[in-house]
Order: sequence, then C-alpha cells, then structure tokens
Amino acid sequence: MAGVPDASAVATVSAVHVQARARIALPNDRFTLLEIAFWLLPVIAFFAFPNYRVLGSQVLITGLFAVSLDLILGYAGIVSLGHAAFFGIGAYAAGLLAVHGWHEPISGLLVAAIAAAVAGYLASFLVVRGGDLTRLMVTLGLGLMLWEAANKAAFVTGGVDGLSGVTIAPILGLFRFDIGGRTAFVYALVVVFVVFVIVRRIVHSPFGLSVRGIREGGKRMPAIGAPVAKRLRTIFTIGAAVAGIAGALIAQTTQFVGIDTLGFPRSAELLIMLVLGGAGRLYGGLVGAAIFIIAQDYLSGIDPVYWEFWIGFLLVVVVLFAHGGILGGLDALRERWARRAR
Amino acid sequence: MIGNFIGVLFDGLAYGSLLFIIAVGLSVTLGLMNFVNLAHGAFAMVGGYVCVMLMTRAGVPFLATLPVAFVAAAVVGLVLERALYQRLYKSSPLDQVLFSIGIVFMSIAIATYWFGASQQPVSLPSYLRGQVHVLGLDLGVYRLFLIVVVALLTLALQYLLDRTRFGSQVRASVDNATAAAGLGINVNRVFALTFALGSGLAGLGGGLGIDVLGLDPTFPLKYMVYFLLVVSVGGSGTIKGPLIAALILGVFDVAGKYYLPQVGGFVIYALMVVLLLVFPAGLYGRRA
Repeated sequence: MAGVPDASAVATVSAVHVQARARIALPNDRFTLLEIAFWLLPVIAFFAFPNYRVLGSQVLITGLFAVSLDLILGYAGIVSLGHAAFFGIGAYAAGLLAVHGWHEPISGLLVAAIAAAVAGYLASFLVVRGGDLTRLMVTLGLGLMLWEAANKAAFVTGGVDGLSGVTIAPILGLFRFDIGGRTAFVYALVVVFVVFVIVRRIVHSPFGLSVRGIREGGKRMPAIGAPVAKRLRTIFTIGAAVAGIAGALIAQTTQFVGIDTLGFPRSAELLIMLVLGGAGRLYGGLVGAAIFIIAQDYLSGIDPVYWEFWIGFLLVVVVLFAHGGILGGLDALRERWARRAR
Repeated sequence: MIGNFIGVLFDGLAYGSLLFIIAVGLSVTLGLMNFVNLAHGAFAMVGGYVCVMLMTRAGVPFLATLPVAFVAAAVVGLVLERALYQRLYKSSPLDQVLFSIGIVFMSIAIATYWFGASQQPVSLPSYLRGQVHVLGLDLGVYRLFLIVVVALLTLALQYLLDRTRFGSQVRASVDNATAAAGLGINVNRVFALTFALGSGLAGLGGGLGIDVLGLDPTFPLKYMVYFLLVVSVGGSGTIKGPLIAALILGVFDVAGKYYLPQVGGFVIYALMVVLLLVFPAGLYGRRA
C-alpha cells in the first residue's frame, strides 16, 4: 500500500490545487462586475451631490494616497509611520513648480511622481534593512526630518504658513479649475482611476505575487530565487511615487500646500483609513478614506475633540475585534452566506 | 565659553535623565513583551495631570504629589494591561502600533475634554527654584534635583532587577518566556507587574517633567519619538542601554537647540536614523 498513491487523496490534492489556483488572481484578470459598480459610485456622486464635489475630490485623492500605503503595508508588509513624507514631497514639487511659473498640471503630476519616487528609492535602502521596529522608527524619523526641513526652509516652502499662490493652468488647455470643484473632481477621478488601474495591474502581476510572498514568508522567498531586498525596494519606490501623485493632486486642486501634508498625524490617519477599510486589497484604502473623510467632515463639525476620541476608539475596536477592516468583514459575511447557500 | 558648554551639558543631562525615567518602562514592555507601545507617553501624561490637579485644586505640596502620580499611572497601566494590552501580545507589530495610536488619540481627546487644551502651569516650591553656585558654575536647583532623583531611582531599579527574586523572574521571562513559564514562573503576572511598574515610572517622570517638558494634551504625541528613540537606540530589555541613550539624546537635543537653533529638532531625528542604521539592535541590544 505504501508508495501507491491513494486515488481519492490525489483527487483531493488536485481539487485543492484547482481551488488554490482559482483563489490566486491570474495576472490578466479583468474587472469584476462589483468593481465596475464601485467605480460608478464616484460618477453617480458627481451628479447626485453637486455641493459636495470639493469634499469628493478630497476623498478620491486621499483614497489614492491610502492605496499607495497599501502597496507598502498591505502587500509588502512594511510598517511605515512616515508615508506622508512622499505625499508632501509630491505636493511641494507640484506646488513649487506652479509657483515658479510652470502651470501645466499633467506634467506637474509627472514631476511630482518622479520627485517622490527618487526620494522613495533613496529611503528604501534605509527602510528595507532591519526588522519591523527599526523600519517603523526609520520611516518615522525620515518623516519628521522632512517636516523639520520644510519648516526651517520657510524661504522655499513658506514654512508653517504654507505655500500659497499655486496657480494651475486649465487642464489640456481646455478645462479651467472652478470654485465649485467640478473640474477638480473630474480631474482627480480620472487621474486616480488611471493610477489605480496601473497599480492593480502591478499587484496582480508575477512581481506583485512575489511581493506578497515576501510578506507571507520573507525567509523562504530567497529559496525560490526571489531577490527580497530588491523587490521590497521596488515596491517601496512605486508606493512613494503613487503617494507623490496624490500629493500633487491635492496641491493642484486646492491650489495650496500646507506643511501638515508632511506631518506625522497625516501618516497616522492614513494608517487608520487603510486599516479601517481593510489592508492588502487595494479597495480597502479607497473605502476607508471615503468613510474616514466623510465621518470627519460630519463629526468634527460637531466637535473636533469628540472626533479624535472616536477615531481612537474605532482604531482600538478594529484591531481587537474587527480584523481585516470593513472589506474583511464583508468578505467574512459573504463567505458565511455562500457556505449556508451550499 | 567653557562655562556655557558645561551649562548646556548639565541641562542636557537633566533632560536626558527625565527622558530615561519616562522611557525605561517602555524598554521593558518592548523587551519583555515585544510590544510596540506608542502610547507610553500617555501614562506620563496621567502622572503629570495628577500632579497638577493635586497641586492646583487640592493644594497638596509638589513633592507629595509625586508618589500619587506614580501610583495613579501604575494603576491605570495595570488596568489597561489586563483589559486590553495582554490580548495583543501575540499580534503583529502593525496591530500593536495601530492599537497604541488609538490609545494616544483617545488620551489626547480625554485630556482636552477634562483639562482643556492649554499648557498646565506648575509652581515649584521655592527650595527647588533658583540657582546654586557650584565650583564657579551656576546650576539650576531643579535640574540638579532631577539628576539626583533619577540617579537614585536607577540604582533602585538596578537593585530590583539584579538582586531580588522578582528581578530574576523578570530577567528569566525576558530571556525566554516559554522556558520561564515551564519553571513555574507566572509569566503573565510578571508581565502585568512590570507593565504597571513601567507605567508608574512614566507617571512619576511626567510629574517631575512638567517644569521641563511642559504639559498639555498633545504630550503623548509630542514626545513619542523621544521615548521610542531612547528605547530603540538603547536596546530593549536592559537598564544601562536606555540610560546611556537617554543621556546622549538629552545632551544632543539641548546642545542642538542651543548652538544650532536654525536646525532645531533636525539633529535628533538625523541622529536617530543614523544610530538605528549603525546599531540595528541598539547600543546595548542583545543580538537577536
């Protein structure tokens, strides 16, 4: 009997394989119906809530920022407390460009992305070394250093007063930024969507899979020939570039860059949004950012102190009881429902 | 010039010893439970507010408020440890970080709600104010007092860890919690007591530090980096490491702000990144 594979066991194993293959997203996967429906939401919001377009573009941009952290945290498993640094670099790059006479927005985005990517690439050498605690401290330290630098270099950045006088030319020479936020919303939506599609493609590529593999077992990946440090550096750089684009969008749509774009509270809030929505699933960042910003807009209107308390409370509850955030909870519900249906 | 330098050095040492007394508990939490507790400053804030409220509302003298600050922070620490923290010892660092950021935000909101957002004033008793003339130098009495208190506390802690039964239980649990539990040490109880002790020391430091560090609801966030820095540079789970790291940090911070005001806090952050990269396990860290 020994050595002869049992027929039913083989069947089980291959069934498991098929299941596993079905669960791992294939590199060329398409948008599902649910995803298409999701992306229709902002379009509906644009027409349904014309008074909230400014808030809406904030949601979209912050959502993109959260997606950029998701690449680093949710997919690569690098805990970063200084991700706002790259957001801020992007914002200042785009803002300074516009202040000093280059008003074209799309090239501004690209410059911001490149600036943030270069900074991210340089930082990644420091971040990839060391364990979780070291990474946490190094990202925190880099973020604080940058804040301090922007604060002291007031002659360039405007210091705590922020950088004002950011004037942006009409997009493609056609669409002027208006006070109601119509152009800003559409511009943000288009850019966020395009970047999201690229990020989604990266995540579902073999490269994305190997990054996830590093998250699951960093010590085992070298055994199958994956260059761990190089992969992590690459994904960190990509995350920084995307954060830079988000920062540039904020600078261009609000026509102002505040020093708080670099601050620690922003990095912390971003972590909260991502965890609230559910890390490691791209859409978690978007959902979390939407809920966070809408709740903030509503609750801090009542009392800013209460807002801070509830956000802390929420965070504690999510960590203790609601692992996986909102999308994780929905997944669990759907799974239970599917099991019952069977 | 030289006198100036010694004055800066002295202020730096006083500042550093304050950082040490607050952060030493964090070092234990990190070394013992591997818990990344960003909310450690909140316990110091508890101590600070206990001191201020006792002084201003109940008229208790400053020195008498300090033990109360210690006890209050220790009790808060113990309750939180049993109710919440202990559930997360086995969680990922990310969960611990998020959880403790949540605690920080809540503590800031609660402090603002109860005590208002402004800086709390402290009036030190007259015998702790002013300057003394030692060897041709003018030294602040309060800073001298701080250094002496911290030196005594450090000796007491060292004694507690090295010479008592509880201390050897703590060291055994740090080295290998599983084996320690196997030898009949109640590791959970050791964890809880050490957490309470660390929180208490932080509360004491918060009370002592009102005059130097200030006290307002954003305290836990403002000094979070400093405490983390002391621990991660000093290496966790020892007393000597954080002490030396805190003193270096204190001196560099004060000197940086004194001699290079245009650079300010930059010195500290740069120092931190460099030290972390050169000594990934801390100055006195045990090699993992």
